[in-house]
Amino acid sequence: MSALLEVSGLEVHYGGIQAVKGIDLRVNQGELVTLIGANGAGKTSTLKALAGLLRPAAGQIRFAGQSLVGMPVHQLIRNGLALVPEGRGVFPRLTVAENLMMGAYVRRDADGIIADLERMYGLFERLHERREQKAGTLSGGEQQMLAIGRALMGRPRMLLLDEPSMGLAPLMVQKIIGVIRQVANEGMTVLLVEQNARLALQAAERAYVMEGGRISFEDTAQACLNDPRVRAAYLGE
Amino acid sequence: MDIFLQQVINGLVQGSIYALVALGYTMVYGIIELVNFAHGEVVMVGALVSLSVIERLVSRGYTGWPLIVISVLVAIPTCIALGLGIERVAYRPLRRAPRLAPLISAIGVSIALQQIAALIWGRNYLHYPDILPKTQYLIGGAVISQVQVVILLSAAVLMAALWVLVQRTRLGRAMRATAQNPAVAGLMGVDVNRIIATTFVVGSALAAVAGTLIGAYYQVGNHTMGFLLGLKAFTAAVLGGIGSLGGAMAGGLLLGVIENLGAGYMGKLTDGAVGSNYSDVFAFLMLVLVLIFRPSGLLGERGVEKV
Ligand SMILES: Nc1ncnc2c1ncn2[C@@H]1O[C@H](COP(=O)(O)OP(=O)(O)O)[C@@H](O)[C@H]1O
Ligand SMILES: [Mg+2]
Repeated sequence: MSALLEVSGLEVHYGGIQAVKGIDLRVNQGELVTLIGANGAGKTSTLKALAGLLRPAAGQIRFAGQSLVGMPVHQLIRNGLALVPEGRGVFPRLTVAENLMMGAYVRRDADGIIADLERMYGLFERLHERREQKAGTLSGGEQQMLAIGRALMGRPRMLLLDEPSMGLAPLMVQKIIGVIRQVANEGMTVLLVEQNARLALQAAERAYVMEGGRISFEDTAQACLNDPRVRAAYLGE
Repeated sequence: MDIFLQQVINGLVQGSIYALVALGYTMVYGIIELVNFAHGEVVMVGALVSLSVIERLVSRGYTGWPLIVISVLVAIPTCIALGLGIERVAYRPLRRAPRLAPLISAIGVSIALQQIAALIWGRNYLHYPDILPKTQYLIGGAVISQVQVVILLSAAVLMAALWVLVQRTRLGRAMRATAQNPAVAGLMGVDVNRIIATTFVVGSALAAVAGTLIGAYYQVGNHTMGFLLGLKAFTAAVLGGIGSLGGAMAGGLLLGVIENLGAGYMGKLTDGAVGSNYSDVFAFLMLVLVLIFRPSGLLGERGVEKV
């Protein structure tokens, strides 16, 4: 299998604080991989470094054979990577439709954009109903759908998701995970960052466990679900 | 003569100029939360550049509105270059600095521009040659001059065009998105630096037009003219709700009308003790009142359209 995303020796520092202390991580083409870990483990910092929102203190990030280190943020989607940020980051005073159009900002194929817009409305009925509403008026779950739909509008090769289940009711979490699974089944490569380990491990094929800025464990998702250490630390058993 | 109607007309004319300038403040504030205190000086440069163009062409026998058109076509690129320069030199390097830093930088730029203008144009009041027709029109007991009509129309057209740009185009959508969340706009592929520069371009172009119109209307200018004007337009932006486009437009018009009505009736109300020369007081009284009772401005509620 060929690695689409390959991270090696990644370090992220905030002043004197070392949030990510040299991690290696790889996601193959078409895989759904999860990165789980407790609050403060360094998951968001890792994703921000991948996206170019933070400059890594050390390490390599290669995507589709190309180095991403030092690349300006606005080139990320042009390189085929979309990040759905922690907290969703919808534009509150743009309408749902305008938010989705922002996802397609780098595209110029008007027909394709319209077709994808319809596809998103098919995937997320709620968004269709609320397409003229300001995104700030949506519920948390609807905003998460919008954030995912918006990312897909850029036609990325890979999706990075930062805690999509955060703050959502269980039913909505199931719906969101279902959509992520569906997108992955259609061939999208996904890196899913989650605190909700059980959920993420059930959806993913492989998993990395992050602890205090380091990868402490990695295996197939199934093996993680059966591993006594993971069960004790992350599955509440 | 209908004094009330007359003052309203005069107020709307003056207010539409405030509005054009206020839009520059509000757009920049909306996107980088910075009060661009040098914006008034950009208007001043626009006014004086167009005066220089007019003087040069008058001596060659040109006259009338075409002269104004030519002068504004020179003033616009000059002001755009100036606005871009200010952003690049005085603000961009300080984007991550504490908020006081760019504010001080803005005041520094403002003073520097005044002094440079004094070197170029001198320190005396400059008078515009009489080039425009003095035609006046009667409407219901009040008069409106041709210059006033042109000011109202050009301001209306520009504001409508700006509205379309911001609300209906891909660029405008990117500007609004950047104002709301620059980091996420970047993730969408928006080059945030370019969008910020674009808001300076738009604001400076409007400033150039405002400067030219002010020159045509009041027929006098000097290197300090941007100060009071900038303060008034900033007041208008705060009045409407800083960050809000509609607010800047409404705030500008409202401020102009209030000032002129105040000036018109002040003498009467106080039996001549306080005359129309106190009209500036109204502007700042409004500012103080708004800041006390409604700091988010008249239209500046949560959920308002920011740029
Ligand atoms: N902007 C910041 N400044 C300083 N420290 C930060 C900042 N962001 C995160 N941290 C620290 O870095 C560590 C990792 O945080 P984060 O990457 O957000 O973890 P996670 O996403 O796994 O919860 C934490 O100890 C956190 O306090
Ligand atoms: Mg996080």
